[in-house]
Amino acid sequence: MNFFAYVAQHWERIAFLLFQHVQVVLIAVLIATALALALTAATERTPRLRGGLLSLTGTLLTIPSFALFGLLIPLFGLGVTPTILALTVYAVFPIFRNAVTGLDSVDPGVVDAARGMGMGATARMLRVRLPLAWPVILNGIRVATIMVVATAAIGAAVNGPGLGELIFRGLARMGGANALNEALSGVVAIVIVAAVLDLMFIVIRTLTTPRGLHV
Amino acid sequence: MSDLHAPARDDADVMIRLEGVSKRFPHAGADAVRPLDMSIRRGEFVVLVGPSGCGKTTTLRMINRLIEPSGGRILIDGKDAAAADPDQLRRGIGYVIQQVGLIPHMTIAQNIGLVPGMLGWDRTRIAARVDELLHLVGLDPEEYRRRYPKQLSGGQQQRVGVARALAADPPVMLMDEPFGAIDPITRDRLQEELLQLQQRIRKTIVFVTHDIDEALRLGDRIAIFAEGSRLAQFDTPLEILANPADDFVRSFIGERAAIRRLSLLRMSDLPAAPGPESAAGSVVPAAPEETVAAVLDRMLAAGAERVEVAGGTSFSVQQMLFAATHGRQLHDGRGAQ
Repeated sequence: MNFFAYVAQHWERIAFLLFQHVQVVLIAVLIATALALALTAATERTPRLRGGLLSLTGTLLTIPSFALFGLLIPLFGLGVTPTILALTVYAVFPIFRNAVTGLDSVDPGVVDAARGMGMGATARMLRVRLPLAWPVILNGIRVATIMVVATAAIGAAVNGPGLGELIFRGLARMGGANALNEALSGVVAIVIVAAVLDLMFIVIRTLTTPRGLHV
Repeated sequence: MSDLHAPARDDADVMIRLEGVSKRFPHAGADAVRPLDMSIRRGEFVVLVGPSGCGKTTTLRMINRLIEPSGGRILIDGKDAAAADPDQLRRGIGYVIQQVGLIPHMTIAQNIGLVPGMLGWDRTRIAARVDELLHLVGLDPEEYRRRYPKQLSGGQQQRVGVARALAADPPVMLMDEPFGAIDPITRDRLQEELLQLQQRIRKTIVFVTHDIDEALRLGDRIAIFAEGSRLAQFDTPLEILANPADDFVRSFIGERAAIRRLSLLRMSDLPAAPGPESAAGSVVPAAPEETVAAVLDRMLAAGAERVEVAGGTSFSVQQMLFAATHGRQLHDGRGAQ
């Protein structure tokens, strides 16, 4: 059976796993975004703590994903929880890093003028700094998402949901009937998910970048 | 001495009073601003000028509490600034800075309407005020209110910056080197426009610059700061040029002070000459508000012997220069009007 025939035959299962995959990725990215923005806001006045947390979250990225998933088993068992947790750990750094960079790159003259006009700290953040930093923050979210789409496949090692299952099962019974097709379908689906999400971010960026910034 | 040198006679006349105001930043070895006393009158245009690091910007930023003073007291219209809520205080004080600081993702109208919006004005009142202010700074509302800051030139942006500072009609304006980043030709025009604007709106303006020529041109009074935040002299431009307080001021105002004085003096400032000596030679007409330097230039160019100021007075070149350099009552200058 060739690859396309295989896909046609197992269409429903592939689509189901793809949906799970996207779901897991988006949940992890959403949690990571909230966490990263909270860390950014909380460390506004403590630059040394912020530097330390950036190093820490950056270091977490270097843990091999297979090892991280495995290490979470004794703590959280198998399945959805350790998968989402591990993906969140990976997604925090790019978003945190870009949120800090984005806010730092806002023209200090603009912030000074806003403050001098009597705009309070919260209003300055919500009405001035965040909208101006948004394109950079969004790019951090995009990088995190694409990264996590790939990493999520490893989640299958801890019985996590998603397209990893196709790859792991295919590889495990390599040489058997349709083993290669199964693994390949998982890989191709992941590439497609990454490409579609990337495209989605381009659309989001166009829709949400304040008009005055790209005139 | 004119009454400008005397302390203000009654407190109702004073808009901003600094009483022993000082600033020392954490971990700094010396005061950024040493205890400073200054009184700035209602409707007065005061320029703080000095070399970088002399504390002039710090002084300005303490008035709207962007920097909190370490010591002393600042009274604005009789009220202690430290007692007010800082944001409320700042909404009542116009603020213009060198970087302009227009908010890039807001339109010109939204930028100008920021403070009125924070003060809770309704939309129609804000929209009317925005159009009025754009007119005031010489920008056509139809054309500019929906534009974004990036679509404007540097000079146009700073006009909007001034309009934004004036939005809620604050009695006090703080301007921190507002024309410092603007090309010389546009800067010249903006200075002239600011003077004309001030004639109409009569705000109390505190203006920081390091450019002594800008200070001499704009200020009713000029505060010259020396290194180490020493207030070397606080006086009218004409008095500073005629009687610099010390060597620092003398070197800071630079060469040809007497000649430069002529470009600040108006024909109307000159005491009447003792009548025409002779009717010989050609005559140049002049308006009272023209500067002595401008009139002298015209006389030299035309080879004229005399000038007749509209309203009757008439001078020869010699009489005019004598009157300009010797009339003690001249030191009132523009500020005394």
